[in-house]
Amino acid sequence: MTETAAHAVLRGVTRVYPGASQVHALGPIDLDIAKGEFFSVVGPSGCGKSTLLDVLAGLNPPSAGTIVFEGKPVAGSVPDGVGVVFQEDASFPWLTVRDNVAFGLRRLGMDAAEIARRVDYAVGFMGLADFAGAYPAQLSGGMRQRVCIARTLVLQPRLILLDEPFGALDQQTRLLMGDELLRLWRETGATVLLITHALDEAAMLSDRVGVMSSRPGRFIDLVETGWPRDRDSRIVSDAAFGAVTARLWSSLRTESMKAIGRG
Amino acid sequence: MTRSTRILRARWGVSLGLIVLLEVACRTGLVPPLAVLPPSEMAAAMVELLTTEEVLANVAATFSTVAVAFLGAVLIGFAVGVALHGIPRLRRAIDPLLASYYSVPIFVFYPLLVALFGLGALPLIAIGFLAALPAMLIATLLGLDRVPPVLRRVARMHRLGPARTAALVILPAALPNLFQGIKLSLAYAFIGVIAGEFILSGGGLGYAIAYAYESFDNRTMYGLMLFVLLSAVVSNTLLSAWESRLQRRRGRG
Repeated sequence: MTETAAHAVLRGVTRVYPGASQVHALGPIDLDIAKGEFFSVVGPSGCGKSTLLDVLAGLNPPSAGTIVFEGKPVAGSVPDGVGVVFQEDASFPWLTVRDNVAFGLRRLGMDAAEIARRVDYAVGFMGLADFAGAYPAQLSGGMRQRVCIARTLVLQPRLILLDEPFGALDQQTRLLMGDELLRLWRETGATVLLITHALDEAAMLSDRVGVMSSRPGRFIDLVETGWPRDRDSRIVSDAAFGAVTARLWSSLRTESMKAIGRG
Repeated sequence: MTRSTRILRARWGVSLGLIVLLEVACRTGLVPPLAVLPPSEMAAAMVELLTTEEVLANVAATFSTVAVAFLGAVLIGFAVGVALHGIPRLRRAIDPLLASYYSVPIFVFYPLLVALFGLGALPLIAIGFLAALPAMLIATLLGLDRVPPVLRRVARMHRLGPARTAALVILPAALPNLFQGIKLSLAYAFIGVIAGEFILSGGGLGYAIAYAYESFDNRTMYGLMLFVLLSAVVSNTLLSAWESRLQRRRGRG
């Protein structure tokens, strides 16, 4: 982990889904995410990765434990300064790209000139300037996901949580979207937590990767990649890249076998 | 020429062709004039009738009854749909009743409605309302069911309260289904009211058509029938055009 202070701190975080067949989905989890860090989480299917994101975002309360973001406890709602990008297409089909991106700013009651300035920047940054007047149904899946990222980016979050945002995209588009994400991370200085099932994506993008066990998800390994900050997708050809993905897979293999009932 | 223009032209071509065919059949005696009037005469009769005070009063009575039944069905159907969606247990209990609702001929309740509300417009409004209500209710439930859960999470991410989530996210997302409900409700309210006027009423277009039929007044009967047909087609076309505009805005037109 970098030397800077922890931006988000999780202590003993557990999530149990109540009901007749109680499901212990997550934890206990202890984790410090440094300010400006790019942290990814990998783990077998159903291990509680998305649950971790939900409790960190304040979308669901933990059953036990505490979450602190910028020194304040996260309790019951999404804290100011946190932005979430979801796995599914979450663009609003009834709004143009521009109105989708402006959605959050208009709710904040910001003045029109400032909204226009911020939306222009975010739309341009995500390469959507030529499609500002288009509706999501007229865009490809990758472009719609960029709209969702722009809608989050425009709020200038200090912690960006991404739940498998490129899961539905083809490999080439994912590599390019990864480059976009790294550029966004460098230019905004935000802290990023990325949930992914793709080991190469986690290895390419992250400063640090947390490997989770099968359910209930706990961290069984934390891997520091040691990449420079100005990296991009070309890092996949670096000799050390193979070593990082091999380490991730060796940590994950047994847990993945358990997840498919062969452990 | 675009595909939609070709389809539109074909639709008009078929309609006009059938009208011309009927005109020729009537004029050549293939269809006896006592059974069906030539379309040109129906149109002439309709225009004439629409200048008489008596028919205009019937038009006003029917349209105002349909409007009240339709608006009531849309508002109450929507409100009940929202409430049922929020109470899944109650919905599970009511779902089978909703599914079989249209298998019950609601006109059998007309005597009961007359006994309850008298012989004025109220029983007709009730019939139109009862015919239109489930269409709006079912469309509301379907629309709310189809709102992707991720959109509700986006609303939470933007820290929207329940009212703003409903107004800014849920309603726009459910709008295509709600619009279907509105369209169907109008059609069912129209059918219910006109049929109700046929059975037992002292006014309205349905009554006037039935009266002309019993008096062997073919000219009035066909003139009014054409007017009812055109009214239904025009209102449905207007709503469809509005719906297409909405879908185009979502890039699905």
